[in-house]
Amino acid sequence: MAKENATWREANIAGLVLEPGCTAEYNTGTWRVLRPVHDMSKCTHCLICWVYCPDSAIVVENGRWVRFDYDHCKGCGICANECPVKVDAHEYTGKAGKVIQMVEEKSWEKEEKC
Amino acid sequence: MVVSTKMALEGAHASAQAMRQINPDVVAAYPITPQTAIVQTFSQYVADGEVDTEFIAVESEHAAMSACIGAAAAGGRVMTATAANGLALMWEELYIAASLRLPIVMSVVNRALSAPLNIHCDHSDSMGARDAGWIQLYSETGQEAYDNTIQAVRIAEHPDLLLPVMVMQDGFITGHAVELVEVADDASVKEFIGTYTPKYSLLDIDHPVTFGAWDLWDYYFEHKRQQTDAMSKAMKVIVDVGKEFGQVFGRTYGIFDAYAMDDAELAIIVLSSTAGTARTVIRELRKKGLKIGLLKLRVFRPFPAQELVAALKDVKAVAVLDRSISFGAMEGAGPLFLEVCAALFAAGATQKVVNYIYGLGGRDVLPEYIERVASDLQEIADTGKVKSLVNYLGLRE
Amino acid sequence: MAKLTEIRWHGRAGQGIVTASELLAEAALKDDKYFQAFPEYGPERMGAPIKAYTRISDEPIELHCHILNPEVVVVVNPNLLGVVDVTEGLAEDGVLIVNTSETPQQIRARLGLKNNKKVFTVDATRIALETIKRDIPATLMLGAIIRATGLVSLDKTLHLVQEKLGAKLRAEVVENNLKALRRAYEEVKEG
Repeated sequence: MAKENATWREANIAGLVLEPGCTAEYNTGTWRVLRPVHDMSKCTHCLICWVYCPDSAIVVENGRWVRFDYDHCKGCGICANECPVKVDAHEYTGKAGKVIQMVEEKSWEKEEKC
Repeated sequence: MVVSTKMALEGAHASAQAMRQINPDVVAAYPITPQTAIVQTFSQYVADGEVDTEFIAVESEHAAMSACIGAAAAGGRVMTATAANGLALMWEELYIAASLRLPIVMSVVNRALSAPLNIHCDHSDSMGARDAGWIQLYSETGQEAYDNTIQAVRIAEHPDLLLPVMVMQDGFITGHAVELVEVADDASVKEFIGTYTPKYSLLDIDHPVTFGAWDLWDYYFEHKRQQTDAMSKAMKVIVDVGKEFGQVFGRTYGIFDAYAMDDAELAIIVLSSTAGTARTVIRELRKKGLKIGLLKLRVFRPFPAQELVAALKDVKAVAVLDRSISFGAMEGAGPLFLEVCAALFAAGATQKVVNYIYGLGGRDVLPEYIERVASDLQEIADTGKVKSLVNYLGLRE
Repeated sequence: MAKLTEIRWHGRAGQGIVTASELLAEAALKDDKYFQAFPEYGPERMGAPIKAYTRISDEPIELHCHILNPEVVVVVNPNLLGVVDVTEGLAEDGVLIVNTSETPQQIRARLGLKNNKKVFTVDATRIALETIKRDIPATLMLGAIIRATGLVSLDKTLHLVQEKLGAKLRAEVVENNLKALRRAYEEVKEG
């Protein structure tokens, strides 16, 4: 990534971005107001959320849902909207609904588990 | 060894010849009078297989320059041509091409802007684009249009610059006039321009790059400063390329062409074809003992302020001829005059200056108009007074 | 011959006078002279009276203004005589060359020209119809101009026309064009 606060002599010519995918270094997770939470015990790993996520913030390994990338999830809620699998009581919220549900960002404290 | 052929060519065809020899990767263009002869002739070269160029026939000049920007960002050597309202329609993209530092070369066959509708020559089109970040070279003849087009490629692609270049010639007066043009052999032109290796290219998949990314208060300013820095380096490159062109092709080019300036007390500054008429008149006035000279400006952007001040230092009175108006500027002066005034003032110079607006919409510029300018200049030098700052040549008053 | 000769062409749009004015310039190139040829484009369409100009000189031509006082005026279409003032600005000892079946004396009388102006006529339309079989007299006028002024060489001009037409037309057509140009040169009348 180009040097922070580069002078006009140091800055890349014409504002060109020379490193591909460098927005990964920008923590847009701080923009989140609502946070998606996921119930792994009921998840069918259909990966519809992964298809729809506009920020590539759903991490999949070996064809299985692994976790949210909270550094880049902006909390848009599309995953929760598209999730096709119903639950009677969500693992984290305890509420009936879908495998992915949206909760208030500040109310969630067990971040590492979701 | 350069082998030249003397040809009878219209100025527009001279530009098309240069484009054929440059053989750019991409030309995206839309026809508009009086530039049509360039695009029409060049597209014939494409159809006849005389060039390898990908010719993109677009639906407007806005699209033409957009396609040029894309092709140049992809690393191509890219050219186009336009005039008047076509150039105006490119407005948005002119700035983008310059800001993205894409070395596009464009022929502009100067024509008045509408309205009322007019197809003939004045400089309001290219002068309107003077702050867009393009280098601007003005040509007096078809020969100069040809030579400047070839040099423009080298200037634009110079690694210190990477700036687009506009090469102007006067619509109809040079664009549609058949004159003697010495056309060099293809191989010599090819050797002079060399090959273009872009530093950054969208097609260089081993080094991915993003052009035109978001650039706010935190960096935009720095990138604009880089542009002025490149412009400030352009003058040296233009002079160097002009010299090298002279060594190879026998016609040397500089910032301006000075005629009878050595002991001149009076000076006329003008662009393009009118310089020829002015030189003819000055030659006669010199025979009558009038100490008058001519500065034909070739480079308007970057503006050669220091060089002009130096060239004018022993002159008492200077007349600047403008083929366009900067509406609402000081007394409705023309842009060339305003630049000359600024350069002289900043240098603490004390010459008297006077402006003449001429030739709008193709109004003819007769030798007697230049004679009038000379006699006004003499009076200004004698009395030290400028009766009227901005004047009009050939206007019914 | 003066160092700089200025020529004005009168014709109708679509008649080929711009091409003819340029051909004369190219003939000057073959003679190692300097030249300019330029049209006066307005809003005209086919049939409208138009003008074109040629300058020929032994020295480089730097003037880029219109020609107001030509030494030579060429009228390609005789019925323009009553429509536009073809002698406007013509130099005192200038040359007027008209494509017409009339005699130079008749043209002189019609236009009220003084004797110090030279008048030449040639029936270029008839020559064109007889040789090329088409009503395209503009380039034939070159033959008349060469005879009347000696500005460029006839042989070199014939060679130029052969070179230009030979690239795209059948040999017979090229030969007819050359014949037409030669006849225009020979059949010019002065008076």
